[in-house]
Amino acid sequence: MNHRRRRRFTLRGRRHRTGPVVEPSVLAPRDLLGESLAGMLQRPARSALTALGTVLGVGTFVAILGLTATTSSQIDSRFSVLTATEVNIEDIGIEQNEFVPLAFPKDADARMAKLAGVEHAGVYWTVDTRNTDATIRSSPIGDESTGERANIVAASPGVIEAAVPHVVQGRVYDAYAERTAQPVVMIGSGMAARLGITTLQTRPALFIGGRPFTVVAIIDDVKRKADLLLSVVVPRSTAEKIWGEPATGGAKMLVATRLGAAQQVAKLAPTALRPDHPEYFKAVPPPDPKTLRGNVTSDLQQLFLLLAAICLVIGAVGIANTTLVAVLERTGEIGLRRALGARGGHITIQFLAESGSLGALGGLIGTSLGTLTVVGVAVARDWTPVVHPTTVAAAPAIGLLTGLVAGLYPAWRASRIQPAEALRR
Amino acid sequence: MRANGGRRSSRGDDETVALRIPDGSPTPPRAGGPPTPPRVDGSPTPPPVIEFRQVGLTYPGPPPVPAFRPCDLTIEQGEFVTVIGPSGSGKSTFLNIAGLLDAPTEGTYLLDGIDTGTLKDGDRTALRGRRIGFVFQSFHLLPHRSARENVQLAMVYNGAPRAERGRRAQEALEQVGLGHRLDSLPTRLSGGERQRVAIARALVSRPSLLLCDEPTGNLDSRNADSVLGLLEQLHATGMTVLVITHDPAVASRGVRTVAIRDGVLREQVAV
Repeated sequence: MNHRRRRRFTLRGRRHRTGPVVEPSVLAPRDLLGESLAGMLQRPARSALTALGTVLGVGTFVAILGLTATTSSQIDSRFSVLTATEVNIEDIGIEQNEFVPLAFPKDADARMAKLAGVEHAGVYWTVDTRNTDATIRSSPIGDESTGERANIVAASPGVIEAAVPHVVQGRVYDAYAERTAQPVVMIGSGMAARLGITTLQTRPALFIGGRPFTVVAIIDDVKRKADLLLSVVVPRSTAEKIWGEPATGGAKMLVATRLGAAQQVAKLAPTALRPDHPEYFKAVPPPDPKTLRGNVTSDLQQLFLLLAAICLVIGAVGIANTTLVAVLERTGEIGLRRALGARGGHITIQFLAESGSLGALGGLIGTSLGTLTVVGVAVARDWTPVVHPTTVAAAPAIGLLTGLVAGLYPAWRASRIQPAEALRR
Repeated sequence: MRANGGRRSSRGDDETVALRIPDGSPTPPRAGGPPTPPRVDGSPTPPPVIEFRQVGLTYPGPPPVPAFRPCDLTIEQGEFVTVIGPSGSGKSTFLNIAGLLDAPTEGTYLLDGIDTGTLKDGDRTALRGRRIGFVFQSFHLLPHRSARENVQLAMVYNGAPRAERGRRAQEALEQVGLGHRLDSLPTRLSGGERQRVAIARALVSRPSLLLCDEPTGNLDSRNADSVLGLLEQLHATGMTVLVITHDPAVASRGVRTVAIRDGVLREQVAV
């Protein structure tokens, strides 16, 4: 320091000092920390109240980000079980060749099952009943008004398995029924109730346009393709035999894959199904869960983050106010420090450090409380608590920044206090 | 504070002679004060602790207020000088100038031979912190810190090594007779003890000058006497002591007394 000071005098053409050179005042970082902590702790109750605003602001901030991250991860896991493992393949053959209403080969299920990562795959379409009588009755006779109307869905056994139905009675039809085109149906529990079918012990039949079908299964829930619940589901080969191929296209394939295999399966499926005409298919992989999460959470999150920001502003005003009062209260102390060799800058930095540590302390407590809130909510809901590490790292820093900004004006005021005036008190 | 130098002669200050009548007449350097005895070890005579050369302070107007008339004053090392004056006489202004809390508008003020007029603000602050030990009427102790911590505060800004501070604070407190109350809070100390802590704080950074502003103003006569006794003791060990007071009894304790009235400083001849 001495060297620098001497050189400065020389450079500016000042006279060289004959007497001893004044050593500059210093304030070591450790002393600064000690002094500001002592200043903060000398009125603990007031400091605690002052920090409350920051605690609330930062706490809300952490809790909101943590809760949204937690719920997002819940959404993620739900999508990863259902959507992320689901590939839909559309038959667009008719758009390219009008003589190909159904591009899926007979052995489509078996071809897909050979692909690595495929768990279940099946072809389905909704039977076009515009030109035929498709009234559903529980007896072979009756006029049109007494019948039920519902979609008749042709579905190979792979679709049923991929949809993961919950069977109330009976069992879903299998590959045998498909191969031999058995007249069997699977219906939802609602349809069964309307048709008066209460038990499958008696091998009840239902009639579609007068044709008898044996009801082999009643289901009350599916994990995928919820419209199956409201439909009458018949094997693909049976539907083809009775109503023919879907004349206007519209057949689809539902593929359930192993976790993480969906994208790959979607890429390979068209070639696996029709090596000669892969262009007849359009495979739709599952949507990116991240975009889904963004859509679900962004609105509410923004609202709460705004609230957190308001809390922080209130906290900052509180700190600014208290620090200003403290500056006025401690005028004598400021004068004393100036008399002891503190420069205005040292006073500024001390008060800034005090308000900054107050903010940082509030931030730390707020971070802890926010994290606890997230954990508590997650435990109550049986979720996995997720708080992003950057959130936890940034939150006390936000508190510190709030404190520093709040302390700017009071600290500046403190440095402007004239020692001579201050000491007269 | 407000002073009117023009009425000087009308007062009955027969026992005082003007240190320097502000009329521009030449003044011998170091007017007043006993001559410094030559050092036994033969080292060169140190510069006076305080040397005012035509130092004055006028608050800029309008109208300009001359708070402290230009004067000369020299205080040698090891002197015990009291400055006496009624309230409003310019004592505070003198204290502020001598304590480097305020810069004079005229003249040259040498502290330990350093021309304080050429110093920048930060250097004046540093000089104040290192060379001047302040003792105030209202003690100015931090209420939530022990005696030792209060004394240590004086070493924060002048770069004393942390490791030494505790020991030096203890030594200073022992020097003022408070070796048994190191960890007491100021609120648990009597007025006299508080002022002793303040004196220890002023001493601990080994200043050239102990500058006391009404050090006994808040004390009863017994405590005041003991504090003045302490100052005399310190003087006896070679410390330069400057006491500013309005109390003639206190002023009489000084080896040399300077009177200030209406902003004019005069040497007071011992009766």
